[in-house]
Amino acid sequence: MSTKNPTDWTIAEARKSLEAGETSALDLARAFLDRAASVEPAVHALLERTTDRALSDARAADARRAKGERGPLLGIPVVLKDIFATRGIPTTCGSRILEGFVPPYDADAVERLSRAGAVLVGKSNLDEFAMGSSTENSAFGPTANPWDTGRVAGGSSGGSAAAVAAGECLASLGTDTGGSIRLPASYCGVCGMKPTYGRVSRYGVIAYASSLDQVGPFARTVADLADVLGVIAGHDPRDSTSVPAPVPDYAAALDGRVAGLRIGVPREYFVPGMAPEVEAAVREAIERLRSLGATIVEVGLPHTKYAVATYYLVAPAEASSNLARYDGVRFGLRKAAADANLLDMYRETRDAGFGAEVKRRILLGTYALSAGYYDAFYLKAQKARTLIRDDFAKAFAECDVLATPVAPTVAFGLGEKTEDPLAMYLSDVLTISVNLAGLPALALPCGFDGAGLPIGLQLIAPAFREEAALRVGDAFQRATDWHERRPPAPGAAKGGAR
Amino acid sequence: MSDAPDYGPWEPVIGLEVHAQMLTESKLFCGCSAKFGAEPNAHTCPVCMGMPGVLPVLNRRAVEFATRTALATGCEIPRIARWARKNYFYPDLPKGYQISMYDEPLAVAGGVEVETPEGTRRVRLTRIHMEEDAGKNVHDAHDDHSLVDLNRAGVPLMEIVSEPDIRSAAEAADYLRSLRAILQYLAVCDGNMEEGSMRCDANVSIRRRGTTELGTRTEIKNMNSFRSVERAIDVEIRRQIEVVEGGGRIVQETRLWDADRGQTFPMRSKEAAHDYRYFPDPDLLPLVSDPAWVEEVRRGLPELPAARRDRFVRDHGIPPYDAAVLTARRDVADYFEAALAAHPNPKSISNWIMGDILRLVRERKLDDALVITEWPVAPAALAKLVALIDDGTISGKIAKTVFEEMVAGGGDPASIVEKKGLRQVTDTGAIEAAVDAVIAASPDKVAEYRSGKDKLFGFFVGQVMKATGGKANPQAVNDLLRSKLAG
Ligand SMILES: [Zn+2]
Repeated sequence: MSTKNPTDWTIAEARKSLEAGETSALDLARAFLDRAASVEPAVHALLERTTDRALSDARAADARRAKGERGPLLGIPVVLKDIFATRGIPTTCGSRILEGFVPPYDADAVERLSRAGAVLVGKSNLDEFAMGSSTENSAFGPTANPWDTGRVAGGSSGGSAAAVAAGECLASLGTDTGGSIRLPASYCGVCGMKPTYGRVSRYGVIAYASSLDQVGPFARTVADLADVLGVIAGHDPRDSTSVPAPVPDYAAALDGRVAGLRIGVPREYFVPGMAPEVEAAVREAIERLRSLGATIVEVGLPHTKYAVATYYLVAPAEASSNLARYDGVRFGLRKAAADANLLDMYRETRDAGFGAEVKRRILLGTYALSAGYYDAFYLKAQKARTLIRDDFAKAFAECDVLATPVAPTVAFGLGEKTEDPLAMYLSDVLTISVNLAGLPALALPCGFDGAGLPIGLQLIAPAFREEAALRVGDAFQRATDWHERRPPAPGAAKGGAR
Repeated sequence: MSDAPDYGPWEPVIGLEVHAQMLTESKLFCGCSAKFGAEPNAHTCPVCMGMPGVLPVLNRRAVEFATRTALATGCEIPRIARWARKNYFYPDLPKGYQISMYDEPLAVAGGVEVETPEGTRRVRLTRIHMEEDAGKNVHDAHDDHSLVDLNRAGVPLMEIVSEPDIRSAAEAADYLRSLRAILQYLAVCDGNMEEGSMRCDANVSIRRRGTTELGTRTEIKNMNSFRSVERAIDVEIRRQIEVVEGGGRIVQETRLWDADRGQTFPMRSKEAAHDYRYFPDPDLLPLVSDPAWVEEVRRGLPELPAARRDRFVRDHGIPPYDAAVLTARRDVADYFEAALAAHPNPKSISNWIMGDILRLVRERKLDDALVITEWPVAPAALAKLVALIDDGTISGKIAKTVFEEMVAGGGDPASIVEKKGLRQVTDTGAIEAAVDAVIAASPDKVAEYRSGKDKLFGFFVGQVMKATGGKANPQAVNDLLRSKLAG
């Protein structure tokens, strides 16, 4: 069929070729492993290439196909953010503190991908413990943006986004706590979705902020996302916050129709300081949706301005507790001088094991939960969270889906914001509210700036209505070709591929 | 049930916090066994070891156990109970936090009835909440490092907190006994303080009798028997009285009981000064109580110790103290009723249980078990023994011999009596012959007796019993001796 290189395919194209017997899972695995080998020196999307595992997964997938089995992800090469526990494969979470840790269990999403016959190509880079917006907080070095290797991939799931963009896999999984899927998807010009909180099990996903963390997919098209989401979504009794609601057939929901749909545009999301090209591209995308038959309505989300502050109390508070288990006692790094006592061991281990941003958030969170501050910080943040959630409930009384930019700017330069944590935190200003409200949201490319860097559109849906955002995103992609662009071979000259 | 010591013009004010380990099959948040005695770390999994990414899943059975306890102690069950994280670092705490409950506990506002020398008193309960236990650090195996055993980590606990309603050390112990009886009746905790399945901390303060203001309190920890609790609290009350009477002030602190030295000592303040940074656990949903389910649990509650005690007094004519002893353990009360069903002599059966049976139970430490199954003699056998006394087949004295035989070798009391020829001799002819022989053999003693030395009567009874191998009917012996010696 396609004359394109397989590493430029979508899942749908790969599946067609597999089903036609024109290629095999093993061929695909080899092609993607080769591609990874060639681009990794420039991109560093992966912390580990699971070559042996990929080849054995691929052989197993081919054997299953030979027996007549079919499935949306059978034989499809995938990458997992290194925050997912993988049985027998080192899992670092981008941190030195998990040095040597090999989980004896798979995350639920990993089990579901395995059952579906996906082929694991590698584990991807991330900001340490998913704390960051650029993947520069990884203890193992940053990931570069495949569109311009002098720029960040976004974070915290930067490796998973860059791996899809650079053609190292056809889909990947990330986690999104404050924008960690949508921001890197936007920066890397791929599609990414943060599902409703509770839609995908968190079992086996190393916790950053438990009430916000959610697993989601990256892929080149919205239709591909729907395939992956259909596989990983569903109730898991091992995660008490996973919701026992039926999972719709997402792929079937993509009927290309947006006529009559009300698309809300929140006025608070076009913030001062937003890059004009970003605003222009997003507004143009919204106009395109109008031309496809959608009704555009302006809505208000008045508590948006409290979202970043709220997030930076809730998330670090939970993180300060979630990260207490890294104490050098049972697994991972242990630092202790010969004459060290218990307290010394804790101090030395955590000092050596955690990076600066993780320490900063542990301190922030510890402070927010401390006696005398709890009411003023943690409780107040919970109240603000309720107000933000109520904003969305009111907005969804007037519209079916919200359309916004993903981020105020395109990908920034490596090292540009590492010295200014507050500027870094503001990268998530347009994504954080969605996590606080627990809603599903999709990021997809909607244009490029003058330097050839991708711009992302965010589509937010009501809880457990992922298919609403996916339908709009898919309809948009049927009418546009932004998602068909591929970055130049990484390592080649800077700039876009127009 | 104990005597109140005299603290002069001072009134102690005591509240207890009891941690009761629940007898569920598995741990509170994972499927690991909650049983004792396995090899270190045999009962562990990624969840109770606090590995990255794993999540707690609530054991519904533990909620049922705690709810039973709450209902049995008259607590209210609020609509919402919330899990909270209690954050602190310690090697036996794998996650660096304990999943507990904080400002929204499972149950509030209950009470436990306690028998005191002044009658029944109700000690109010502030709250009952659930939490997971920690593991155990082992320090003595190696010189240069400690080991951690996580078998106990995640075992479900109930924390039962009383109001400061207790007024003496003895009453504290009585409260604990009453509470333990309830837990054992409910089969939710085996109540073994020595093994730590029931643990107790005490908040102690003193005030002048007649005043109502609370004094500064200290918290006493490390008491691992009922006796320790009573002694430690008594010692602490006296220490506080001494401090105050000496013009000093009580410092609010945690003190550890040292049973060997018989004193409490302040815990290092660094260990005591914790900010646990409680916050709702985002990994668990709040418990929303379902009134229909709570009613179902309530309907399933067994008869509780206090009710059973009153019934024994009322229906069987047992004195209140005896009834309290019999009902302190559900299995003992069951034993009593089983024996009673076979032979309706409550007084005598109660005496046998409170005497010989419970003595053997204690000697053999059978009461370590939640439910005693290996009784020294079966209740039906004890009933038969009492029946043999009551129908005159054997005397009470011979019954003791038969009882020892039953304990030693088992067997039916009637066959033991037959085999050993222990049947009571009621044939007056045979007894008369023995009486005559004894009188004939001791002319001097007979003379002394007749001259007024009444005390010698016992000597003659003894001689006759000896001659008849103890089997003579004591009443017949007495009657014959009295008439023959009278001359
Ligand atoms: Zn376990």
